[in-house]
Amino acid sequence: MSHTTYYSAYSIVGILFLLGILFVVFALTANRLLSPFRPTREKLLTYESGVDPVGEGWAHTHVRYYVYAYLYVIFAVDSVYLFPWATIFAAPGFRGTTLAEMFVFIGFLAVGILYAYKKGVLTWLEQ
Amino acid sequence: MSSLTWWLEVGLRIVVVFLGFMVIPLVVGQMEHKAMAHMQGRLGPMEAGGFHGWAQLVADGVKFAQKEAVVPAAADRRVFQAAPAVALIPYLLALIVIPIGPGTQVGVDLDLGLFFALAVMGIAVLGPLMAGWSSANKYSLLGALRSAAQLMAYELPMLLSAVSVAMAAGTLSLPGILGAWHWYWIPWQLVGGFVFFTAGLAELQRPPFDMPVADSEIIFGAYTEYTGLRFALFLLAEYAGIVVLCLLTTVLFLGGWHGPVADQQLGWLWTAIKTFALAFVVIWLRVSYPRLRADQLQKFAWTVLIPLALFQLALTGVVKVL
Repeated sequence: MSHTTYYSAYSIVGILFLLGILFVVFALTANRLLSPFRPTREKLLTYESGVDPVGEGWAHTHVRYYVYAYLYVIFAVDSVYLFPWATIFAAPGFRGTTLAEMFVFIGFLAVGILYAYKKGVLTWLEQ
Repeated sequence: MSSLTWWLEVGLRIVVVFLGFMVIPLVVGQMEHKAMAHMQGRLGPMEAGGFHGWAQLVADGVKFAQKEAVVPAAADRRVFQAAPAVALIPYLLALIVIPIGPGTQVGVDLDLGLFFALAVMGIAVLGPLMAGWSSANKYSLLGALRSAAQLMAYELPMLLSAVSVAMAAGTLSLPGILGAWHWYWIPWQLVGGFVFFTAGLAELQRPPFDMPVADSEIIFGAYTEYTGLRFALFLLAEYAGIVVLCLLTTVLFLGGWHGPVADQQLGWLWTAIKTFALAFVVIWLRVSYPRLRADQLQKFAWTVLIPLALFQLALTGVVKVL
């Protein structure tokens, strides 16, 4: 397909996406037609190791990793910018300077991780 | 080329991708049954289909299709029902950009192929999150939160090591990357390959990174409340994920269709051999490694994989420019 254009390429992806949805709908419809449907109160109870559930499932939990989440958001947004840069950094006229820029970037990331490490963020429990 | 032949060609490509998506995960699943069994001194399935139980997973599928779809009364119904599709369809989409042979043996050659594959794989992880939250079950919630933590820790090293290959090739198109490939990329990108494959395993929640579905602690994590076909779709998503990860690792780090002999004619065979060898490693790890604890898992990502990925970036940049 040498003459595939931008829009036609993505429309093929779109067709496949629709096919995927169709497959799931078809499979679940077949499941509905083939399987029994006899809901009882006990069957629809939330599973909690065989005893009656206590309280709600949407409970408060201690999210210990929220600092990891901050780190992730910062670094992931940064690293997305690497993709366009990666395709041109070795092109004529870019080489030396862009490589130096990469080391600045890696330096920022490394200092960030080192700082988090020193602050004890990368250990699971506060000691 | 007239528009009719164009449509025929597109249709054929989509059908091939879809068939591959339906069949190869089952082959990997059967391989897992058999490889695990023999590593543990068992035989594995022997009855279904006659020859060494080859039809076991087909029989499982028929069984799942006949099971009642139970949605717990406390669950958030629509999200609960949609979650398996969100987990499954992204892997189907990722398959279309992965080349299996030289030239035009790829579903569609997107300029952004690598980025596209990583982006849709990121969406797939929303599936267990939706499942866990909507189930209104404590086990499911814990499993979903563990999935979330794991995704956040391992997405970054995966992105960084993939960027390293894009830097080496100077393009984000997967066929383009293979076009620029030379054999010395294997040692050059070895560290990146290790990081990518390990991080991918963690994203798929495969052992030893299967803490989000640890059966001895939280039943089956986010999938605890699922029954019947929706449960089967989650399982299919896991195996489709293994296929996509092994194919991507093959293309990015092991040269894809390049091989010692006849790679212009038999490129697809080299891709298949490398992919199944990697799938075997995935199974092997499941049999031989204990599960990592939550804190060990985070620590491994942030203090081992990310520094290694940054090192690989620096190495790639320096070698490429000098």
